[in-house]
Amino acid sequence: MWRSILALGKSLLDSLRDLAPIILVITFFQLVVLQQPIPNLAGLLGGTLLVTLGLTFFIYGLEMGLFPIGESMAQAFSQKGSVFWLLVFAFTLGFSTTVAEPALIAVAAEAAKVAANGGMIVSSEQSMQSYATGLRLTVAVSVGLAIVIGVLRILKGWPIHYLIIGGYAGIVIMTAFAPPAIIGIAYDSGGVTTSTITVPLVTALGVGLASSIRGRNPMVDGFGLIAFASLTPMIFVMGYGMII
Amino acid sequence: MEWLTGLLHSLLATLRDVLPIAAVIFGFQLLILRRPIPNLRRVLFGFFYVLLGLSLFLQGLEQALFPLGRLMAEQLTHAEFMVEGSAGVLHVLHWTDYYWVYIFAFAIGFSTTVAEPSLIAVAIKAHKVSAGAIGVWGLRIAVAIGVAVGIALGTWRIVTGYPLHYFIITGYVLVMIQTYYAPRLIVPLAYDSGGVTTSTVTVPLVAALGLGLAESVPGRSPLLDGFGLIAFASLFPIMSVMAYAQISEFRARLDARKKV
Repeated sequence: MWRSILALGKSLLDSLRDLAPIILVITFFQLVVLQQPIPNLAGLLGGTLLVTLGLTFFIYGLEMGLFPIGESMAQAFSQKGSVFWLLVFAFTLGFSTTVAEPALIAVAAEAAKVAANGGMIVSSEQSMQSYATGLRLTVAVSVGLAIVIGVLRILKGWPIHYLIIGGYAGIVIMTAFAPPAIIGIAYDSGGVTTSTITVPLVTALGVGLASSIRGRNPMVDGFGLIAFASLTPMIFVMGYGMII
Repeated sequence: MEWLTGLLHSLLATLRDVLPIAAVIFGFQLLILRRPIPNLRRVLFGFFYVLLGLSLFLQGLEQALFPLGRLMAEQLTHAEFMVEGSAGVLHVLHWTDYYWVYIFAFAIGFSTTVAEPSLIAVAIKAHKVSAGAIGVWGLRIAVAIGVAVGIALGTWRIVTGYPLHYFIITGYVLVMIQTYYAPRLIVPLAYDSGGVTTSTVTVPLVAALGLGLAESVPGRSPLLDGFGLIAFASLFPIMSVMAYAQISEFRARLDARKKV
């Protein structure tokens, strides 16, 4: 009993330490640079308490739920020995976690505005809506494919840098041909696709696969799935901008 | 009362985030793998804690830190703030007049990355997999420095108006050269850290900074120039993580030489 309370207290302190830099930065800029009082101090303190508690629970649950399930599924798939179903699983995981991602919905809506302003599509509510939906589906498919490629890489043991550098070369070439208005959005879309729940799960999946296949090193082969998931959306979004 | 409805709201939003993932996992587990999940109770509790933790986290950010951070980004990028700083003399703003913006960008990039939950998750995993060779804090600080430099450079780009793709393509070339020299073990993790850095905490604040800046700098359009900061924030950590490994390796070699 006492031990678990002590452990909880320690992880609360850890979370507080993780958050201290943000609080320091915001306080410093508010008081010293902008020279204004802090509005709603009680709300700020209450919010900080919630953030600290939340981070503690998240990390606790991570080690209990997300990491073990990712690894046990990777092991189960490699024992079953069906590459087809593993790849289907990889695609579904990538697609379904991305298509409803709030950050992506926001970016897609913003992109539709840019496209309408730039005269790429008709500036009406309906065409903007369909442009945004198309963009979201494009990104979700590209993330699904990214996880598939990443899993194939782990199975085959391909070195990651050839694939990533090849991807970069693709991006550089497409940048030259894509409409300028879409470039900024395309570059940003790589970063926003991977959510806080997807990242630990996908990492555990990769590491689990690499450790259950003989001849693979979990450090060299297990990581890298997220890298593909942030690379392919850039290519696909520029492609989308070129076609529409 | 108000924060309770807010909490409920973010709980629902997180639930919507988790549901597709849970559906995929349990669907495949039951239909394709056809075997029970080991320690099901524990895993379900784990999911519950993740859900609860993320909702509290988001609600707290939304209630306390985000409004202040966004307001700050707006005020710092406002032209009046800069003119006041230069003793009220009316003149055309030079890019050096925006120095507080760069400092803020650096500081907020660093501090939000340190608190990013998904980065903590990856750092814990990397620490375990590398059998302790990669420190949890070392990796997080390396990524945070990368994000900070990236965002500071990104704000400078918005102020000066140079095309985004010059910077990104130069960055790619540097990453390729560094890949050739970096220790092989770190390369996949370094590539990953680019995508990991930008989620819950960093994106909202950084996006506000970019849009505010693009609105207030004359000649910039928020629609065209407001984007691109996230791209910087996902490119630079790749370099800083590889640099971290290179420096650790270099120091280990120095130590080894001393002992001989």
